[in-house]
Amino acid sequence: MSAIAASSTTTSISRPRMIVYIIAAAIALTGLADATYLTVQHFTGENILCGGSADCARVLGSAYSHLGPIPVAGLGVLAYYTVFSLATFAAFGHRRAGRLFVWVVCLMFVGTLWFLFVQAFLLHAFCRFCLLSAAFVFLLTGIVVAMPPPQDKDGTLD
Amino acid sequence: MEAMEVEAPPKTRRMAFVLPFIIVVLVGVITAASGIALYRAKLPAILEITGKGVGNNPNESVHVRGRVDAPVTIEEFGDFQCPPCGTLSGPIKQLEEDHKQNLRVIFHHFPLITHNHAREAACAAEAAGLQSKFWEMHDILYREQREWSKAAEARPLFNAYANLIGLDMERFKQDIDSEKVKERVSADQARGTSLGVENTPTIFLNNRAVEPANLNPEKLRGAVEEAIKAKTTP
Repeated sequence: MSAIAASSTTTSISRPRMIVYIIAAAIALTGLADATYLTVQHFTGENILCGGSADCARVLGSAYSHLGPIPVAGLGVLAYYTVFSLATFAAFGHRRAGRLFVWVVCLMFVGTLWFLFVQAFLLHAFCRFCLLSAAFVFLLTGIVVAMPPPQDKDGTLD
Repeated sequence: MEAMEVEAPPKTRRMAFVLPFIIVVLVGVITAASGIALYRAKLPAILEITGKGVGNNPNESVHVRGRVDAPVTIEEFGDFQCPPCGTLSGPIKQLEEDHKQNLRVIFHHFPLITHNHAREAACAAEAAGLQSKFWEMHDILYREQREWSKAAEARPLFNAYANLIGLDMERFKQDIDSEKVKERVSADQARGTSLGVENTPTIFLNNRAVEPANLNPEKLRGAVEEAIKAKTTP
């Protein structure tokens, strides 16, 4: 792998943006742990039992908790892993990763709003693990909104 | 111009190209490994009922629906305030109706401490049982679960259900708070605990616990029908 190949896909990144991407990666990593836990619960069947929170059982055992055979938590794992990957690549100055990061976070934000609606108005129950995940997505969305704009070598906006 | 992006030397660029790949793959591997380890740790042990027949304890309540000599038995440890128990109650009743000759259902109380009205609901069902209307109360408690579960005071609703199924109200009001009823509920719970029951619903199909992942109406029906087929086919 030559330095030329590397330079064609990466660029230098300002320190504030790098820090923001590292924070985003850390948040995504925490969300990944939460979603992994919920996915494991789905496959062990623990999510459809009562033993812990009744509201969690109601939410995680509902028809909205899976898309066919795929648990929504599994999609969460995929989404958080994607966000973590993109944030990591962006932090190292990979060109397209930053833009994709914004799009994936926006999609997750929309998805989170839908699941909050389902919990509040359709199931009338809130699962704390889902709320935690929603908090992570809101934080990521906040990061996207507050992200310092990229600047080129002359200090002008992209 | 503090935030200005500066051209990095080629060596740094090469590292910036490779390092994120390594980090991302590493995190992927760690996540998958942790998920698998957690899955193995959380996979519930398959419980079995061995040598502990129903009704050995004089305080124990035995509520059976279906033929006593049916070849297949469902023994459920349930909590009237548990939503998944409520979800399964209808399909189990349907199974009973579809397989009257081959299936019997036994219900045991296992009220969880996390459900504020669960023990009181179990006592209401037991009090109804003293007037031979346990199953009528069982069905109505599950059917109306959402209503009384959210109520601050569930007792007026339990009284209303008792009235609806035609109980002697004076006796019901005395029985629901009686020691006899409380002991029956506790005996059921003690039996469940001795078998290793921790969550609800825990369902034993011919003395072997159904895996939690199979506790949905379709899979339970499949398991019951398979058991009936195995017991009735010569």
